[in-house]
Formats: sequence, C-alpha cells, structure tokens
Amino acid sequence: MRRITLSLIFITLIGTACQSAPNISAITPPYVDTGVDPDSWSTVPAGEFPLGQESHPTMIGYDFQIMVTDVTVSQYAEYLNSALASGDINFGEFTEEAGEEIWSEEGVGGYYPGDPFQDAHHEEEVKAGDHLYVPFSEGVRLTRDGEIYTAIPEYANHPMTMVTWFGANAYCKFYGGRLPLELEWEKAARGTEIVGEDGLAFPWGEEIHGNNANFYSSFDLFEKMFGKLGNTTPVGFYNGQTYSVDGHVYETLDSASPYGLYDMAGNDWQWLGDDYPDQHYRYMRGGSFYSYEVDLRVWKENNAGPQFYSPQIGFRCVQNEVK
Amino acid sequence: MEALKKRFVYLFTSTRGLALVAIAAVALVTAIWGTLSGPMVEWGVRDITVKVLGMDLSQADREGRIIMLYHTIAMTILAIEVYFITDIVPMKRNEQVMINGIITIGYLTSLIFGLLFAYFGHNYAYHGLFLLGQSLVFFSGILLAAALWPWKKEYYLPEGSPYARTKKGVDWERVAFFTMAVATLLSATWGAVTGSFWANGHETFLAEDLIRHPIHTSLQKAIIGHLHIMLSLVGVAITLIVGRWLDFKGKLHHWAMPIMTLGIIVLTAGALSIVWVEWAHTIIYAGAVPVMLPALFFVIYSWDKLIKEGTADIEKPTFFQKLGALLRDPLKFGTGWQMVFMNFNVSGVGIFMAVRLEQIFRVWPAREERITLTGHWHILAALIATIILFYFADLSGLKGKVRKWFGWTLIITSDIAFGSATIFSMKRLFVDEFSQQPLVNTTMLLIDFGLGIILVLAALFLGWRLYDLFLKNGRWSDEYKNEMKVNAEAELEQQKQKMEELKATLEEISK
Repeated sequence: MRRITLSLIFITLIGTACQSAPNISAITPPYVDTGVDPDSWSTVPAGEFPLGQESHPTMIGYDFQIMVTDVTVSQYAEYLNSALASGDINFGEFTEEAGEEIWSEEGVGGYYPGDPFQDAHHEEEVKAGDHLYVPFSEGVRLTRDGEIYTAIPEYANHPMTMVTWFGANAYCKFYGGRLPLELEWEKAARGTEIVGEDGLAFPWGEEIHGNNANFYSSFDLFEKMFGKLGNTTPVGFYNGQTYSVDGHVYETLDSASPYGLYDMAGNDWQWLGDDYPDQHYRYMRGGSFYSYEVDLRVWKENNAGPQFYSPQIGFRCVQNEVK
Repeated sequence: MEALKKRFVYLFTSTRGLALVAIAAVALVTAIWGTLSGPMVEWGVRDITVKVLGMDLSQADREGRIIMLYHTIAMTILAIEVYFITDIVPMKRNEQVMINGIITIGYLTSLIFGLLFAYFGHNYAYHGLFLLGQSLVFFSGILLAAALWPWKKEYYLPEGSPYARTKKGVDWERVAFFTMAVATLLSATWGAVTGSFWANGHETFLAEDLIRHPIHTSLQKAIIGHLHIMLSLVGVAITLIVGRWLDFKGKLHHWAMPIMTLGIIVLTAGALSIVWVEWAHTIIYAGAVPVMLPALFFVIYSWDKLIKEGTADIEKPTFFQKLGALLRDPLKFGTGWQMVFMNFNVSGVGIFMAVRLEQIFRVWPAREERITLTGHWHILAALIATIILFYFADLSGLKGKVRKWFGWTLIITSDIAFGSATIFSMKRLFVDEFSQQPLVNTTMLLIDFGLGIILVLAALFLGWRLYDLFLKNGRWSDEYKNEMKVNAEAELEQQKQKMEELKATLEEISK
C-alpha cells in the first residue's frame, strides 16, 4: 500500500509538471501602456565611473547619448519597412557558418562588411556579405504582409527580440547611431555613485526585488498570468506605476538607472557593439526574463555568435553627438 | 560527565565518529546554505535565512562567498576521505591519531571561520583563521603522504598475494594512494599560491564566467587547473577507498593499480601544466583514460563478486538469479552503479557536446555553455557524495529492509535528479527557447524532487545516528568498543615489534 501511495505521489508530481505549460510563442499578453517614450534619449556626460565587479575607476572622456529604453517591436517594424523601401535590406535565404557547419535561414537581412580576422584559437571569421537580421520563424513579434512589416499590437511596445547582432547593428547605423560599447553601457547602467567601496550593483542600487525588474521567477505581471518563465515586459515597465490588467494588480518600483534609463537590468539581454580582437563573439549585458537575479548585476556579461537570435536578446542604440 | 566524555571520545577519535561529525557538518551547511539559491529563493526562504542569521550578502562579494563556501565543504569532504584512508590503509596508530587530529582541527577551523568571514561581515581575523584551518588540512596531508610511503618493508606484500604488487613486493594500491595524496598536495599549492596574489593582481572569479575569454592570465589558468584536478583527485580517492571496502583484488586489481598510478600522475601533470603548456588538454585526455579504466575494472570486479557471492549456493544460476544477486545489496551495487551512471551524465555529455561543438561553442550564448559546464561538475561532486554515503551507511551497520530502502532510495532519487539536471543543461539541443517551458518545468521539478528526497534521507539517517548517541548502549557504543579493541591490538602489535627491535639492538651491541 505504501509503495502504491508513494508511486501515486510521484506520478502526480510528474504529471503536474508535464501539463501543457504555455510557451512564450503561444502567449499573447494584453497591451500595457507604461507611459515611457521609447523615442527618448538620455545624455551620459564624460567622466570617471566604477567599472566591473571590483569597481575600478575608469574614464570615458566624451559625452554620449543612449536610448532610454530598448528598441521596441514597433520601432523595428518601422525600420524594416524603411530599409526595405530604400533597398538597404532584402528578403531571402541567408547562409551562416560556424566552423565547418553551414546552414541557411529564411528571413530579412542585409550587407555587413565583415570583421578583421586574427585566426585565433576558437575564433570564427565574420565574413563580408549578406547576413540574417530577423528570421521568418516562430517567436518574432511581427506580421508580414508582402513587404510591409507590422508589430503584433499587443507586443508593439515590448523590446524587439529575435534579432541577430547584424540586425541590431544595422538598425542603429540606419538612424545614424551605433550599438553601445561595453564601457558605455555599464556607465549608463550604474552611473558614477560609490557606496562604501563599490559602485551600484543594479541600476537602482544594491538590492533587487521582484518589482524592480523582469527576471526568472520574479513574479512579474506576465509570470502571474502565463507561468514561471514569463515573457518580456513592455519597455519602461518598472517605473513605479501600479498596473491593473485583466484583474491582476501589479505594483512596480521605479528602477531607472541614474541617467533615467529603463530595463538596464532584466527583461532582455542587450547586444553591444564591441568587436574584440581574437574572437568573433558579440557581447551582451543586462540579463533577461530567463536570467537569475545574479546575472542582472551590471557587470555580468553574456556573449554569442553575431548570427544568433533569441526571444531574450534585444538592444538599444547610442549616438556620439549630444542633441 | 563520564557519559559525555565517552561520546566526545567516540565522535572525535574513532573513524566512524569523526566521519559522522564531518558528514553532519556538511549536511548542516548544505541545509542552511542551500536555502540561499534555487527554489528556496523563489519561495522566499532565502530572505528568512538571511534575516534570522543576520547574513551580510553584498552583491559584489557573491563570487568570493561561493568560493569560500566550496572550500569549506571541500575541506570537510577531504577530511572524511582521510578518515577512511587512515582506517583502511595500514599505518602506525600514532600516525593515524596525528593525521586525524590535525585534519579535524583544520577543517573545523576553516569551515567555521570561512563561513563567518564570507557570510557574516568581513572580519579579517576570521579570514586568517580560515587560512590557518586550510594550512592545517594541508599539513595533515603531508603527514598522510609520509604515512602512506609505499617503500616501507613492513607494508610489502608477500609473493602470491591476490593484490597488485611489484616484483619486490611493493603494494601497488598503496603506491596509488600515496601518489593521489602527493598529487593532491601539489594541486593544493596551485590554488594557495594563486590565492596569495588575491587583491594584488588577481581578482576573484568563477571559472565558468571566463570560458570564452580568449586570453587568460597565468593566475586564472592556475585556478582553473586547480579546481578541476582537485575534484578529480577527490574522485580518485573515493574510488580507491571503495576498492578496499569491497576487497578489490585479483587480475583486474593487478592491472588497475599501476594504471591508476600512471593516470593520477599524467592527469595531474596535465591539469597543472595548463598554466604554461598550450597543449595541456591533450595531456589531460591522456591522463583521464588511465584514471577511468581502473574504475571500470573495479565496477566489473565488484559486480562479478556480488553475483558470485549471491549465487554461491545455486549450481547453475539463471540470468535473473544473477541479476537478483547483483541487485540484492543496493549499497554495494550502488557504488559501482553511480560510477557507471557518471559516464552518462558527465563523460557522455562531454562527448555529445563535442559532436555539436561548432554550434554550441561558436554560436550559442555563453550562458548556455555555462549551464552545461556547471551542471556536469555539480553532478560529479554530488555523485561522489552519494558514494561516500553508501560507504558510511555500510560502516554504520545498516541492515535488512532499512539498508535496502536507504540504498535504493538514494540510487533512484539521485539518478532522477542528476539525469534531469543533465537533460536540463543540454535542453537547447532538442528544444528551442520559446518552447522550453514544459521541459524546464518538468526537469526542475524532478531535480528538486530528487535532491529533496536525498536531503530528507540524509536527515533521517543523521537523525537516527543522533538519537543513537543518546542511548547508553547504542550502536555508537559498540562501534567505540570495537574500534578501541582494534586500536589496542594494533598498538600492542606495534609495541611487540618495537620490543623485538630493541632486543635485537641490545643483542647486537652485546656481541
């Protein structure tokens, strides 16, 4: 009898876990207006800031501007339509390679002039040619009608994800900007304040709570609605507002960085612009809704091949000229 | 008072008592510190632990804290293995007492003050005591290596011995133990020397965070070599220990011990030479094979032995009778099984990843690679822990149904947890990110279920041992008496030998 009881408990537990959990491609969340303008920019002035986990004093000798939020799905749809119209990008099948493995993917993409190649250990050559920006695949929050892209309305103000580094880089260049460098990104995220001997660990301070950012099991609004792994939240979601959506009330903490930037921790990893010697990887910062909270600390990095895309990777741009 | 004294003597002088204290210490640390991560964070338990104990968890110090936590647990595991070694490998009683005494003070000092420093404010006096504790553990390692010196005549094996020996009679198994001890000491210095550069050109890091950096400093390489070889040597030590437990001998033993000795030397040389040798990985591969091969020989031997012993009274046993005999004692079967299972979870993963090398290492995010890397060595460490528990449960005299329940529960639940962790860590090979939630939910639940049951099982076992300590004539008392008897006999034998030597000297002089 005891064996049967234990077996039943075990089977029930497994059965519960195996129930059809919603995956993020199947989720269509309600549109949530955060009131934060994704077209706004913030100026980061020249000066010293604490870099890395050990807070080394580091100088950035110029002012730069950075987007207050990540590039949204709506903004990216607008870019694709403009760039398609101008002939900068095109639909097609794009060939990517890593080592001896070569594969093709359908989507939209364009030309990239390639990177200097040092042939270092594990380094892959990023060749000049057409590269994939956004695939035609599940998880892209855009609909396509002929050559016109439209953001899925509910996702219009979510960060643009499923975009390769090439696609992120092209977007920023198209509008006269570029992807932020690691140093710039970290300074924009944590500012210059020193508490004790260290710079800020998170854009808003030293401690992190579920209401600060969108991370794994942070119990954000969409986790409450769709399950533990959650989904991206609209850009600028964690701004101190209390949201009431479909009977769910959710209070956020204002979690802007010292320069007023949102989502510099959590929601999605952000592609960066550095091309380091001896490697082909492109770096990312910020952590995503899949990340544990420790990966949201401002100095934590991630990287992937520039042809990689994912529902947890987005980007924002910087400009050298201060308007 | 006398009762307390007896229990104190049992806990801090007998092999079983010392191992019990150390296992209880690891269990306690695991129980408390386990609440700081994983599902405990999601359930809010971490916040309670931090508040109740007054922990100080600065974000910038997290990696340093984890490294100290690993070290405190590692010191304790080393102590447990040393207790087992001094119990089963012949050595002088005074050597055993000295080694066990020093390592006990060492690991307890490093455990207590290491955790106090890391988690309760950075009082550097505690840091100093943490280092002192580790130094004592290192010193006991030197004494152990000296005690294990294989070229002492009294430890030579006679001709025709079923155990591996050289032509002159040197005990190959003792050579393997000795080599393992020396290699461990050498490998520890790699960590210690690098640690001395801390805050002086060397910064705290977790190896898995640096995997894709094209350039590593010599200090970083030294740490990466150190941590890999130390875990490997802990694995080698437990393999040799359980070999003694199950009386590994015969032809396979004759092959296994020289090969193991060679493997330890090559593997250690490979891991440590990573600091300056570009092709160190090739040396590591060359060393890993002769380390794993003896483990395979041990599994073959031990399972064959279980089958033969279990079917001794049957003239022509059928396949199922043989299988029944093999599975009759889960503690002894499980020891070999966990080594086999390790190959699915650790070695298998390595091979599978190598097949998909281009995609995984050149394209996927570093975080995915990190999950696989941290997964495989956590599983390896936990598998070693289960083997230690099998052995200690046997030493504690678990019998009958309790032995079967304990053994099988440990095997099944740990394998569910580790198997699920392996699937979780490799999930990107068969499910893409936006479809992963059902798989993640299932594997996470199975991991938590498996690990949770193991912890409950360990708690029940330790609770039983704790209860037993309150009994006047409990199991502890029998173990204590038995060990006192064995030790007294050993000392008597030593005294007799000494007398013989002294007599011979006097006779020599009077001639």
